[in-house]
Amino acid sequence: MKHTLASALALSAALGLSALTVSISLMAQTSVPEIPFDSNADLFKMPQNTFLGEVAGVATNSKGNIFVYTRTGHAYATLGDSRTFYHAGSRLFEFSANGSFVRELGQDLYGFNAAQGLRVDPQDNIWTIDIGANQIVKFDPNGNVQLVLGRKPEAIGVRPAAPRGAPAESPAPGTPAGAGAARGARGAAPNTQGGAPGAALPEVPGAARGGRGAGAGTPGSAFSRPTDVAWDRSGNIFIADGIGNNNRIAKFDKDGKFLKSWGQTGAENGQFSGVRSMATDAQGNLYVADSGNKRIQVFDGEGNFKSQIADIGVPQAICISRGATQYLYSAHSGDPDGMIDATIYKIGLDGKVLGKFGSAGKLLKQFGLVNSIDCRSENELLVGEMTNWRVQKLTLRPGK
Amino acid sequence: MKSLLSVLLLIVAGCMILASPGAPAVLTVAAQGRATATNVPIIPHESAPNFFRLPAGVYTGENMGIATNSKGHIFIFHRSGETRLYEYDEKGVFVKEIGRGNYGFAFAHSVRVDAQDNIWAVDEGTNMIIKFNPEGTKILMTIGRRPDPLAQTANMPGNGGATYANKPYEFGRPTDVAFDARGNIFVSDGYDDARVAKYDKDGRFVKSAGTRGNGQGQLNTPHTIAADAAGNIYIGDRGNARVQVWDNDLNFKAAYTNVGNPWAVCVSGGAHQYLYVSNSWPDSAPAGSVDFTGEIYKMELDGKIIGKFGTAGKALGQFATTHQMDCRNPDVIFTAEINNWRSQKITLKPQAIKAAAQ
Repeated sequence: MKHTLASALALSAALGLSALTVSISLMAQTSVPEIPFDSNADLFKMPQNTFLGEVAGVATNSKGNIFVYTRTGHAYATLGDSRTFYHAGSRLFEFSANGSFVRELGQDLYGFNAAQGLRVDPQDNIWTIDIGANQIVKFDPNGNVQLVLGRKPEAIGVRPAAPRGAPAESPAPGTPAGAGAARGARGAAPNTQGGAPGAALPEVPGAARGGRGAGAGTPGSAFSRPTDVAWDRSGNIFIADGIGNNNRIAKFDKDGKFLKSWGQTGAENGQFSGVRSMATDAQGNLYVADSGNKRIQVFDGEGNFKSQIADIGVPQAICISRGATQYLYSAHSGDPDGMIDATIYKIGLDGKVLGKFGSAGKLLKQFGLVNSIDCRSENELLVGEMTNWRVQKLTLRPGK
Repeated sequence: MKSLLSVLLLIVAGCMILASPGAPAVLTVAAQGRATATNVPIIPHESAPNFFRLPAGVYTGENMGIATNSKGHIFIFHRSGETRLYEYDEKGVFVKEIGRGNYGFAFAHSVRVDAQDNIWAVDEGTNMIIKFNPEGTKILMTIGRRPDPLAQTANMPGNGGATYANKPYEFGRPTDVAFDARGNIFVSDGYDDARVAKYDKDGRFVKSAGTRGNGQGQLNTPHTIAADAAGNIYIGDRGNARVQVWDNDLNFKAAYTNVGNPWAVCVSGGAHQYLYVSNSWPDSAPAGSVDFTGEIYKMELDGKIIGKFGTAGKALGQFATTHQMDCRNPDVIFTAEINNWRSQKITLKPQAIKAAAQ
């Protein structure tokens, strides 16, 4: 604790007030029991010169195979008539349960730009969520595209270049005035990278037609930075939409026909401030990680508010286990770097916090912005991290 | 004194050229300064011709970073069609490529090998420091974060600029990395930030120091960094035409102001460590500075100049633009050059030192 406090104090100089707030919230949560666990961060055997980047989504199918949707490789732009087109930037890999590489799916897919999430449905279909293309893509177990929700913006927005003082390798960088202007512009830029609890998220670049302004409850599949997908038992599809302007949940039938949506920007029940993750339980209730409001809201399948779960930090990724007694895991990241304040909570579906495990950092059993959890088995979790470019396989030992 | 004046005049001229209307006058340097040290002995040197051998059809572009491991293998981080990292054996024969296409490679800047032979790549295009295992097959750690690809699309065609007001885990075009004997990590950061950031061996932020300026402990493009066995760090404060020496807690200790604009610094291995500093010919190879840049200084750690070698140019044994050096063996210097698209293995003959013909 002393060490934590000292580092928090040291960091407060660099981070300002936020670090101080973090250290206080750390102390408030010490009553939750720690669940002992082990981790394997070296599970995957990658082919030569193939690397995981930021792991946005990880999930298993019923055979235990592991799918990873990751920001890796390089996004690139091509210059068209008067427009600039955006390609690549993310890849989808399949591994066997023991970590050997099986194959890559969706190579050069049109909408694989900025991975945000991945889920496998009960029929072993693979669903990817892409925050750059504003799309959800469903692959069958063989890797064929079955359903596409949302449309990728045709071109990306381009704004005039700000003047810079000097070329890249000249002995001096740009003038502070030029850099300052650029800093201001970038400072207001959106953050899709996790962390930054409650941060304001402006319009998606180049996707101005994707939403209709804050909290407008956009109909249909005009997503604004969607983050997750879930299903009820009859196969209806729920989309968490998302961390752009929509702040809503959209419901589609199993064939992708729009049924309804609910929610808008705000802090009341049924309102959201950044929907980062979502999961359904066996009864068809929907658990929505409302990260900016630091809570998980629970709805029935028609969008009626039932309850909320608080005191679990800033929920960034959630998962509901299978089996007779289901549990909710929620990954908390309280700082934008995943280096100060992070843990994963184990929660009963009644909202009772049962335990927590892990902390922020780069070592084994530490977490750098968890963006995805797979919890097919209650005590065997796969955790995908953004800043640490890896998946950890966690084995919980709650009996100890 | 006269030469100092001319440097100042050059600097002022640089300010006038570069400063946009309304910009506050801050020290900027338009062209490489002339080193003020005089009567420096010349160290005879030889460059091994065609030392690095690539398979047919494989090329390197701008050679930005070079480093050796304990087995003598050489790693070159370069800007080719992509940014790529190649490994060569001790004879200069290509062994393999490392990290191709990974999320952190976009615009090479530097590569270093730590005491355990892990390979560290510094990329100023993604703002990332990437640690590979000694075999280069796995990424063991990353520090920094590639800017959000979506935010970057709004910044097309490329002038995204920097947001990073010295954030603990984000860099503004970082330039280099160094390690002390305890495994602490020092990042020179960079073109947009003007500081050195210190991390412990587990990648946890310890502190950072430095602001933009030309005062004591201030930096103007910290471009290169190295640590000695005692844990002092040597920062090539390129824009200010000086090497700064800071202690392990990032407190200012000394500045060496007589060896031009340091593009690359290197602290040698061995019981007696030396400091090498390159007053590189700038990357646009300007004719105006060809006669007084390009040389590399060999110094004692306390700043005493032992000698220098090399001149600006494109011939074997000349340098354009030395961007990084390896000096594990103080008499065998590897140089990576931007303009010449090559690296050289330089053998020094310090025992045959010649008096400078000043």
